[in-house]
Amino acid sequence: MGTTIKIPDPASPFPGLGVETDQGLLQWLSAVDHKIIGIMYMVMSLFFLVVGGVLVLLMRIQLAVPMNHFLPPETFNQFFTMHGTTMIFFVAMPAIFGFAVYFIPLMIGANEMAFPRLNAFGFWMTLFGGLLLYFSYLAGGAPDAGWFNYAPLSERNYSFHSGVDYYCMGLLVSGIGSVVTSVNIIVTVLHYRIPGMRLNKLPLFVWMVFVNSFLLLAAFPSLNAALAMLLLDRQLNAHFFNPASGGSALLWQHLFWIFGHPEVYIVILPAFGMLSEVFQVFSRKKIFGYPFVAASSVAIALLSFGVWAHHMFAVGMGNTLNNFFSAGSMLIGIPTGVKIFNWLGTMYGGKIRFTTSMLFAIAFLIEFTIGGLTGIAFAIFPIDWQLTDTYYVVAHFHYVLIGGTVSGLLAALFYWFPKMTGRLIDERGGKWFFWLWTIGFNLTFLIQHVLGILGMPRRVYTYPRLPWYGTLNFISTVGAMIMGIAGLLLVCLIWKCGRHGRPSGPDPWDAYTLEWATRTSPPPLKNFEDLPPVTSRRAWWDMKQSRRAADPEQQNSES
Amino acid sequence: MTQSEDTTMMQAVIFTEAFFFLCLIMAFVYMAYNTGFEPHELSRLDIRTAGIFTAVLIASSFTLHAAERGYARGKPVVLKTWLIVTIVLGAIFLAGQGHEYISLIRENVTLNGSVFGASFFTLTGFHGLHVLVGLIILSIVLALAFLRDSKSAIGTVAMYWHFVDIVWIFVFTVVYVLPQFTNI
Repeated sequence: MGTTIKIPDPASPFPGLGVETDQGLLQWLSAVDHKIIGIMYMVMSLFFLVVGGVLVLLMRIQLAVPMNHFLPPETFNQFFTMHGTTMIFFVAMPAIFGFAVYFIPLMIGANEMAFPRLNAFGFWMTLFGGLLLYFSYLAGGAPDAGWFNYAPLSERNYSFHSGVDYYCMGLLVSGIGSVVTSVNIIVTVLHYRIPGMRLNKLPLFVWMVFVNSFLLLAAFPSLNAALAMLLLDRQLNAHFFNPASGGSALLWQHLFWIFGHPEVYIVILPAFGMLSEVFQVFSRKKIFGYPFVAASSVAIALLSFGVWAHHMFAVGMGNTLNNFFSAGSMLIGIPTGVKIFNWLGTMYGGKIRFTTSMLFAIAFLIEFTIGGLTGIAFAIFPIDWQLTDTYYVVAHFHYVLIGGTVSGLLAALFYWFPKMTGRLIDERGGKWFFWLWTIGFNLTFLIQHVLGILGMPRRVYTYPRLPWYGTLNFISTVGAMIMGIAGLLLVCLIWKCGRHGRPSGPDPWDAYTLEWATRTSPPPLKNFEDLPPVTSRRAWWDMKQSRRAADPEQQNSES
Repeated sequence: MTQSEDTTMMQAVIFTEAFFFLCLIMAFVYMAYNTGFEPHELSRLDIRTAGIFTAVLIASSFTLHAAERGYARGKPVVLKTWLIVTIVLGAIFLAGQGHEYISLIRENVTLNGSVFGASFFTLTGFHGLHVLVGLIILSIVLALAFLRDSKSAIGTVAMYWHFVDIVWIFVFTVVYVLPQFTNI
């Protein structure tokens, strides 16, 4: 393989990064390099994770014992609204975009995103959206109508302070950021791949984020339209969602969930992609059934638009619609289940390395399957009627979002941290974190299934002394506290190992994809000078193999 | 892949914008069937005048296409002339919309007056906003053409402009034409 491909420079030079001086903070504020923006996304996500985490710990203290008066009900309403909104829009989404804009150019052998300035714009919109949402605390009170903000409760005659307006504006602003970043990702993947990397040779993480970007482009307009209408209702007295003057509260539910259900796939598909990389590398085996993993993602993306009304079974839509959305929701379980078997097949017969990253991937398999099974239970609408708005729902979606998305993100963090910082996260600390987090998580939420079946409604600020309620809630609170301690440990680990961790070298995991082919960790400003042509799905692995074959001495020293 | 990355970007933008307008149109239709519009409010809409302005907007797509061809053949004068015509036609459409809004508000059809007002002003207003943005972008393209910028973004801008026109054809059909035939 004598010939190499020169990687083209970005079309236009970067402002603020051409000079060899230490510009300090200005260098971050003016950055358009995809790696710096990626890290800023992740720092933002971590910041909001701490904020949203503190909110929920305060709520769990309130719920620890019956008839508690730790938090007043109004504050409790604000906290669960802010917790949900923050975790979805300002923790999960920025973390996903952070990994995406950092690693997509690296994994496809490019030096930049297609539109570097647009990339920076997307980040700042996301950040300002989050700050706008939290500004509501200073402007008279946070939004308090729940993260899905049902009308008419969110209308001005029921929520008269400006919290809901900040909810609308914050999500609109960050939504614009998400849309432009998705556009940027699509163009980057279509135009900036290294020659030889056809679309069917994309690393799975890149493929999933690529598919996901289309999903996002199709889903977010619905939310934006709904938010615009709600703002018109609240600010200019329009009549969209207020039944008292002829509007329809159901229209909000439809528009929100046409966005909202694809949104849960928007936050899980990239995590699937991250896990697909992690399973391969730490099983020392290539993915089992690449076409099935890739195609089932497309199936999930398409089906996700046919399931939204399963959030609305309790509305009373009639048997036809109920059956349609029930069937749709069960169908979407199939491509998701296919993936689980792909990952199991990847592990089967592999030489598994139980690193912290791989532990999170394995925990994901179990926890996400539990979340998936309770989801299938909800697709059966008589069960949904019985359990809707109980703690069973809370348990279900936390198993999907924490057991699924967050497990994927943490596996990815431990996997890619050495590439981003040049240092390894201490494995002993990492395993402590893993076990604390996993035990805390299951303690908190497994029990909530039981609470839900016993009939405890969600979003109540306190509850009477009913049999088992006190005990189970107390255990749940203890679990949440353990998760809180684990979260603190994670922040410490990132802080400490990012500065003083063991140097990792460019390729500590002996990995497969091109991001590990950069000469250093973290990669230089210009990612690659040149690369050999890509011929398979494991481009970097091939290069290492041919190098080892050409140089037997190196082969001996490596083994 | 032969097409430029700007073209791909605009295709993606149009993809997402199409869903946005789909939601607004669906909301309009939903409102029409859910609570129903007052017939006397619907009858305030002047389909003939709106039809003329629709024709103006559609014509602007053809004039922009002529400008694009002028650019492709390396004739800057043709480019500039047809760009100016396009901008004037777009401005006439917006002025017509403004005039329509004023007369409707005089007749007490307002955003906060009824479900019809809310749906109508939101749908056509968001479309008008897109026309306005298109006019601003076209003006920038024109200014750059006068500054003799050799590379023009007219190709991608034209994609956007045609899209906004096509959306209007759907909006016009749903808001003005269909109520003539069905009892929405």
